[in-house]
Amino acid sequence: MKMECHFIQSDQLQKLLDNLLANGYVCIGPQVRDGAIIYDEINSTKQLPRGVTDTQAPGSYTLNNNSSDKYFDWANGPQAIKPLLFASRESLWQSEQSVNGQISFITTEPILKPIAIIGVRACDIAAMKIQDQHFLQQQFVDPYYKIRRDNLLTVAVNCGCPAEMCFCHSTGDGPFVDDGADVVMTELDSGFLISAHSSQGEKLLKGLTLQPVTQRQIEESETIRIKSSKQNKNLPHYDIKSRLFNALRDEFWHEIATKCLSCGNCTAVCPTCFCHNETDVAELDGKSSIHYRQWDSCFSQGHSYIHGITIRSETSQRYRQWLTHKFSSWHEQYGRSGCVGCGRCIAWCPVGIDVTESLANFEDRRRG
Amino acid sequence: MSKPTVAIHKFSSCDGCQLAFINMGEPLLVLSELVDILHFAEAGPVDENALVDIAIIEGSVSTSKDIERLKRIRNNSQYLLTMGACATSGGLQALRNMADTKQWITDIYANPSVIDSLDKSTPIKDHVKVDLEIWGCPVSTRQVLTAVRALLFGVMPKDENEKICMECKRMQRVCVMVTKKEPCMGPVTRTGCGALCPSVGRDCYGCYGPAENPNTQAMANRLTGLGLLKDEVARRFLFINSGAEAFHVQGIRTRDTT
Repeated sequence: MKMECHFIQSDQLQKLLDNLLANGYVCIGPQVRDGAIIYDEINSTKQLPRGVTDTQAPGSYTLNNNSSDKYFDWANGPQAIKPLLFASRESLWQSEQSVNGQISFITTEPILKPIAIIGVRACDIAAMKIQDQHFLQQQFVDPYYKIRRDNLLTVAVNCGCPAEMCFCHSTGDGPFVDDGADVVMTELDSGFLISAHSSQGEKLLKGLTLQPVTQRQIEESETIRIKSSKQNKNLPHYDIKSRLFNALRDEFWHEIATKCLSCGNCTAVCPTCFCHNETDVAELDGKSSIHYRQWDSCFSQGHSYIHGITIRSETSQRYRQWLTHKFSSWHEQYGRSGCVGCGRCIAWCPVGIDVTESLANFEDRRRG
Repeated sequence: MSKPTVAIHKFSSCDGCQLAFINMGEPLLVLSELVDILHFAEAGPVDENALVDIAIIEGSVSTSKDIERLKRIRNNSQYLLTMGACATSGGLQALRNMADTKQWITDIYANPSVIDSLDKSTPIKDHVKVDLEIWGCPVSTRQVLTAVRALLFGVMPKDENEKICMECKRMQRVCVMVTKKEPCMGPVTRTGCGALCPSVGRDCYGCYGPAENPNTQAMANRLTGLGLLKDEVARRFLFINSGAEAFHVQGIRTRDTT
């Protein structure tokens, strides 16, 4: 669709929230909590992390006040869209035993109000598109994900402040949003550029006081895009996909295993990781039980436990599984790599393992 | 048909894990309809030598009379579960395993000859076969009930052995180690508590013992990187579960590194 760009004053941001709320949406937006930018319910722009920025390093994330008046002058936090669509823990079905001993099964699809998420980044929109591929665009559609996805409206804000850990420019997923969001905004010094990328987004824009965009504003936005594209981290330029597969017996996996805690934090914060396990929780009286699905990780023992055998008992094997899936076999499954360059796995790794360094390692040495 | 029978035995411990039963509220009424609790001194019924289907043990082996009593309990029960850090790893009192117990007793007590204390506090598994270990200081009621329920179904309970980080992230907690540089033991510690400490903004201190595949050396290196001194790092491991092998080995290794 043709995307027309408009300008809105900063006060229109509250108007946007008000309109969403009036239309029955639950608004989810960025806010400061427990030393990070997290996404939760929001009804006022006062809750936004205005004048706050994030400083990220391997294994480190801190917030600082900056002199900016901007609402979105930060990169990202530990989570964004993923928990809203692929719930970290949810019941899939319940079973009940009646008095005469008959067992019945009840599906427990979520009943939700429509949700609008405000202020998500290009990396998270790209990750959502990948999760859509996984949960919606295969032979079987995941009904739980679908209900949430159909309920979600996304208002993205182009990234004007990538963190030291970011490399979305290198994966081709940012810093600006191409498609996949309903509304895309760019924060300027004096307000926002705003465009609708879906019919729902267009409807939303109709409730705002839109102004024509000036050439100067377009230039300001372009300056932000160029500045944000200059990121320190990069994916290496070699053919990652085939080289990783040719390095399955490499010494590197054992080297990284001396540092890796195999704790699964990287996969939990990764916006594209979709592995889960399923478990039944029985009521104490034994008459009913709930079947849950919850986030799992290729770094857990259970992930490779089959019929009494743990296939990947060692950390070297688990790290290799993660890296080769994310950057190699992902291509076969979804036609691209599973990395969107958000840098979360680096910042939120308790020991600061850097995925770009891991990959660069295979560029530096001759591989047999 | 008679109901399955349960006994809850206490060895050296603080009774906190038995409170996981006593404090469970309404489920205790449901449980009492499902099983006959034949021995549970803290709650009332006393029949130490009862034959039971399930024996649940709190506490570590710490006195000379414990081993003989423990063997009797094993012989009298079909399934034997340990409940809590004391029964599973020797508990906090296992700290004395690294000290001169006799000297302590002489220094502290006016009449040391009346004190019956073994040199070491040891977990139940060092003396008899254990069918399932439930970790924690104290254990969670949820885990105890899940284990009992599974046995009543006739299946072995699932061993919950993943790292706490997994549950912490599922609960959308913000990592205290990454944001606040807290020396959180979550990446090497077994799940089960519901990420209790990180949920109130503090660091996990490892009271559920080691998770599966714990990289304790990398953890120790990271704690050092956060500014902890060698002895402080060692004490992160040599604390409530100092008798658990992975924590014990790492704690001693760190402590004795020159």
